Amino acid sequence: MKFFKILSVLFFVGLIAACGSTDKDGFNLFGGSEDDAKTSGYKDDAYLSGVQTQGTETQGYSTDGSYDQGFESGASKLGPEFSDPNNPLSHQTIYFMYDSSQVQDEFIPVIQAHAQYLVANPGQRIILEGHTDERGSREYNIALGEQRAKAVLRIMEMQGVSPSQVEIVSYGEEKPAALEQDEAAWQLNRRVEVVYQ
Amino acid sequence: MNFYIMHRTGLALLLFSLFFSIQASANLTIEITKGTESAVPVAIVPFSFHGPSSRPPVDLSEIIKSDLSRSGYFKVLDERKMLSKPTQAANVRFRNWQALGQDYLVIGQVKDDRGRFKISFQLFDVYKGEQLMGYQMTVMAHQLRRSAHHISDIIYEKLTGIKGVFNSKIAYITSYKQGNGQHVYKLQVADADGYNPKTIISSREPIMSPAWSPDGKKIAYVSFEKKSSAIFIQTLANGKRTRISDFPGINGAPAWSPDGRKLAITLSKDGSPDIFVLNLATRSLLKITKSYAIDTEPSWAPDGRNIVFTSDRGGKPQLYLVPSSGGRAKRLTFDGDYNAKGSFSRDGKRLTMVHANRGDYRIAVMDMSTRTIDVLTQGPLDESPSFAPNGSMILYSSKKGRRGTLAAVSTDGSMQQRLAVARGDVREPAWSP
Repeated sequence: MKFFKILSVLFFVGLIAACGSTDKDGFNLFGGSEDDAKTSGYKDDAYLSGVQTQGTETQGYSTDGSYDQGFESGASKLGPEFSDPNNPLSHQTIYFMYDSSQVQDEFIPVIQAHAQYLVANPGQRIILEGHTDERGSREYNIALGEQRAKAVLRIMEMQGVSPSQVEIVSYGEEKPAALEQDEAAWQLNRRVEVVYQ
Repeated sequence: MNFYIMHRTGLALLLFSLFFSIQASANLTIEITKGTESAVPVAIVPFSFHGPSSRPPVDLSEIIKSDLSRSGYFKVLDERKMLSKPTQAANVRFRNWQALGQDYLVIGQVKDDRGRFKISFQLFDVYKGEQLMGYQMTVMAHQLRRSAHHISDIIYEKLTGIKGVFNSKIAYITSYKQGNGQHVYKLQVADADGYNPKTIISSREPIMSPAWSPDGKKIAYVSFEKKSSAIFIQTLANGKRTRISDFPGINGAPAWSPDGRKLAITLSKDGSPDIFVLNLATRSLLKITKSYAIDTEPSWAPDGRNIVFTSDRGGKPQLYLVPSSGGRAKRLTFDGDYNAKGSFSRDGKRLTMVHANRGDYRIAVMDMSTRTIDVLTQGPLDESPSFAPNGSMILYSSKKGRRGTLAAVSTDGSMQQRLAVARGDVREPAWSP
């Protein structure tokens, strides 16, 4: 199938890119620790004042690095179908054209497969993360990333997925999957990631 | 001053690569990448120092030299070429400086009187052979750097007629990958010369869109620290912050009203991203754009009556103007297939933006009276333009290789400089009021 061919190429490039970069900060690993972010997720330095208060450095989260597994992230707690390369569920990234939030035909079976899984498992929740390439202004890209995630959500809803199972967040160009400045890298960055919670 | 007009005509690409690092402790270095032929020659003689120690804690004349060079308007004489180094008016021989082709001369003295520093300096017109001004000030040790920038401001204003901005600050975002593979995002504030960077907030998740309050005391920004966007306002003096917006969906692009009482923001809580005006005292929210397209990146006109924003309602991102109380939006840009992130100069006469044709993103300026666009930079990935408070320069971010760097260009495009941090990526600069 054509789209699996494209995906496997993209997957391979993605693995190479992952060696030089990390963009997946293991969102699923930290999903439940929102309250920690308040105390350890930032530091406030007093500025221009006499007293310099050194706030807490962000050391609250440590990982063993195993989160960076490309398409297979989150697969560990899911069924074997998520790691079977012949199963569309193993593909958790949907790619887009430049400045477009229109889902390309070859990715519709992937979205449908995830939708069917969600319908069969109504307790399962996911995050659709919208991303863009680095071109263009940053806040516009936040909006574009959100439109991409919403386009994927619409297809899922048509398959009967409840909106309560899906959360959307757009990171725009802030979390690139590949850092090179060429079309191959940009192609990898224009994406929606399906992140199982 | 005739050179003030001259530098506009001297658009020749004189590439003098004046590379100087600020201080060992500074993270930013500045490199002038394009200067004007017509830069005015000025000699700054090292200031004399009298005090209990052999050297002053801060080298004032060195900072003044850096400031004036960096402005691009001046060509500062190499100290090694000086025939003499007078520190008193009585010892100045104008003929020496004329022979070296200098237009202006600065001399000065610093005296350390038990921790109180007495600074005096004089500016001379070398050809007329007369003093243009002389100043004296007394400051404490920790104020010396500031005083040097103040002196640069005074000299700059005297010779160009434009207010200096050497004592202003810049905010920007940095990010880098730690040894454990985690990204760290920081909002930092530094002096305008890159010295003394301070981290305002750091996080494992993205930080975006820093915006100075008009009084320069607070910064609004977007943080993803809870895995979704929220807008915060943080007071610089004490680090205290308030979360002012965390609706479902996008909370982005904060922009202060000129009176500091309101914040224009982008929210997508109702569906597509729209511009809202948040009253900071009452927390009331007014929706001012209602399209099904992307509306984002608001920025206020200096009179507070209008807001410029980016919208793709016409198919491609373009700039539009809408009354800040809501109403009909008018399209502002028609040149280029991508115009975004507009922001006005302080006098409202010019609008800077990201301007792109076929994927080549550059910084441009629109003259608001003629609506013509001047493209100032070479691209291909320039973004986030921010006017200097005096309107003379535009700070923006650019890519050099894989890394984001900061750069500045004069509003007429004749001068350019690059500011680089030692580590990681730096972007989204915002020049303080």
